[in-house]
Amino acid sequence: MSTLTHRTRSGRTTAGPGAVRPRRPAALVYGAAVAGLLAAVLAGIWVGAVPLPPGQVVLTLLDRALEPFGVSVDGGLEGTQAAVLLQLRLPRVVLAVLVGAALAIAGAGYQGVFRNPLADPYLLGAAAGAGLGATLTIAYAPAQSLGPVGIVPLAAFAGALVGVGCALALGTVAGGSHSPTLLLAGIAVAAFLSAAQSLVQQQNTDDLREIYGWMIGQLGSSHWSDIALVLPYLAVSCAVLLFCGRALDVLSVGDDEASSLGVHPGRLRLLVIVAASLATASAVSVSGLIGFVGLVVPHVVRRLAGGSYTRVLPLSLLVGGAFLVVADLVARVVLAPAELPIGVVTAFVGAPFFAVLLWAGARRR
Amino acid sequence: MTGQPPPVHGARVEVVGLGASYGRTRVLDSVRFTVGPGGWLAVIGPNGSGKSTLLRSVLGLQRHEGQVRIDGVPTTGLPRRERARLLAYAPQLPVLPEGISTLEYVTLGRTPHRPLLAAPRRVDREVVADVMARLELESLADRLVVTLSGGEQQRAVLARALAQRPRVLFLDEPTAALDLGHAQQVLDLLDGLRRQDGLTVVTTLHDLTLAGQYADRLTLLAGGRVVAEGTPAQVLTPEILSVHYGARAHVVSGPDGPAVLPVR
Repeated sequence: MSTLTHRTRSGRTTAGPGAVRPRRPAALVYGAAVAGLLAAVLAGIWVGAVPLPPGQVVLTLLDRALEPFGVSVDGGLEGTQAAVLLQLRLPRVVLAVLVGAALAIAGAGYQGVFRNPLADPYLLGAAAGAGLGATLTIAYAPAQSLGPVGIVPLAAFAGALVGVGCALALGTVAGGSHSPTLLLAGIAVAAFLSAAQSLVQQQNTDDLREIYGWMIGQLGSSHWSDIALVLPYLAVSCAVLLFCGRALDVLSVGDDEASSLGVHPGRLRLLVIVAASLATASAVSVSGLIGFVGLVVPHVVRRLAGGSYTRVLPLSLLVGGAFLVVADLVARVVLAPAELPIGVVTAFVGAPFFAVLLWAGARRR
Repeated sequence: MTGQPPPVHGARVEVVGLGASYGRTRVLDSVRFTVGPGGWLAVIGPNGSGKSTLLRSVLGLQRHEGQVRIDGVPTTGLPRRERARLLAYAPQLPVLPEGISTLEYVTLGRTPHRPLLAAPRRVDREVVADVMARLELESLADRLVVTLSGGEQQRAVLARALAQRPRVLFLDEPTAALDLGHAQQVLDLLDGLRRQDGLTVVTTLHDLTLAGQYADRLTLLAGGRVVAEGTPAQVLTPEILSVHYGARAHVVSGPDGPAVLPVR
C-alpha cells in the first residue's frame, strides 16, 4: 500500500493547477451572479433614448411594488418618464431576463442529456419549427390576434413544440432514447422544417423583411402581455430543470452506469428534453431566434464554477438573464436611435468573450 | 434512515438459463452460474464470447431471458433503485465526466441511497470518506477525475461502485487499461475488500493467469455458452485453452495457482 501512496503523491505534483476543480464557495459564486444580474437590470432600465434619473427610477419601482400594501413612496417619475419606464423600458428588460435565462438553462439541459458540449436549445427542431410557424403566420395571416395576443408568438410556440415532438417521435421509433439517434432525428426534422420555411419565405418576398426580422431575434416590441403569456410556461419548465441537476450529474457517467445507480436514463432524458423545449418554445415565441445564449452561457458557467449540473443549471439561469439584458442594452445604444438586431449582438459580444475564456482556460492548463 | 450505514456482506448470486440476442444474433445461450457470498467468480473467454453482455444482462442493463436471483430473490420486478443498492457495476470503459472532481464523482455512488433532490447527508459523506480513504484517493479529492492517471481513474471508478455499498460488485475488465503493477494493485484491493467485507465479486478478466490467481472460481464462456467451469486448476488446462481460444500454451503450476505461458 505504501507504493500506492507514493504514486498518488507524485501524480498530484505533475498536474497543473488547471486540473483542480475551481473550489469557490457556493455563496460567493451565487452572490456574484445575482449581483451581476441586478446590475445588468438596473443598467438596462437607466440607459436609453430618454434618460431616466436612477434615484427616481428606484423610488418609482418601490412605489409600485409597495402599492398593494397600501404604502406610497413619493418623489418618483411622472408623466412621460413614468410611462417610458413602466411601459417600455421595464417590460423589455424583464423579457430579456426571462428569455436569456430560459435559453441558457435549456441549453445546459440539452448539453446534459446529450452529453454533448455542442448541444443548444435549437438542436431538436425547436428553432426550425418556430421559424416555420412564424413565417406561415406572417405570410398568410398577418396582423391577426387571439384576444390580446398576436398570432405570431402563438404560431412560433406551437411550431417549436411540433418540431421537437417530431424529433422525439422519430428518434423513439428509430432507436429508443439512445441519444445519438435522437440527435440525428433532430437534425433531420430541423432540416426539413427549415426547408419548408425557406420555401414559404421565397413565395412571399413582400414579407421578407418582417420574416427576417423575426428570425434574427428581437426584443423591441416587448409588452407586459408577452411576459404574461410566457411566464407560466417558463416558471414550470425552469423549475423542472432546476430539480434535475443531480440526476443529470448521474447521467453524465453514461446510460449503463446511471441505470446501475438506480436512475432511468430514458425517462430522465425525456423529462429534461420536454422541459427544456417548453422553455425554448416560450422564449422563442416572444423574442424570435436569439442565438448563442443557450450554447455559450452554460460553458461560461462551467469554467467559473465547475461541471456539476447542480451549479451549472441555476447559474446558467442567472448568467443567461444578465447576459441578454446587457446584449439588449448594447443593441439599443450602439447605433441609437436605430437598433441592432439582438441576435447579432449576442454573437458579437459573446463570441470574443467566449474566445478569451477559452484562451485563458487553455493557458491555465 | 440515518445513523451508521448497515454492515455490508456479500450476497449469493444465482444465474439460470440466461440468454440474450442482438437482433437475430444469439450472443448468450442458457448460461448458468452460481457465486456464493464472498466468492470471486471470474468470467473468462475469447473476444466476442459474450462476457460483457453476460454482465450487462445479469445487471438488467440488457434485454435477456432467464433468471437472476440475489440471495434467492429474483431481480426481475425489483425497482431499479432497490437493485442499485444490491449490485454495483463498473463497465470496461467508464465514462468520466468533464469538470467533476474525484470527490463529486465518488459521491455519485450514493445515488441509490439518497433522495435525488437533497444535498448529500452525513451518512453519505461518511461512506464516501471511508471508501476514499480505503482506496487512498483522499489526496486526489479535488482533482478533476478526467485528469487522473489510468490507475487512479480505475480506483476512482471502484470507489464510486463501493460507495453504493453493494452486496455484489460486477466489474468488466477492471484491469484492461492497466500495466501489470497497477493491475495487481487493483486486484489486491478487490481481494482485500472481499476478505474484509465478505463482498461478492464477479469480474470479467482477459488475463488468464491473473484470473486464476485471484478468483476462486472461473467460468469459461465461448460462443455465448458456458463451456467450462470450476476452480482455476480445473479450467486452465492446455486442452481447454487450445479448443476454445485456439491458443498454444503451457500451463505451469505457480505458487498462487496455474500460470498460462504462451508458446510459439
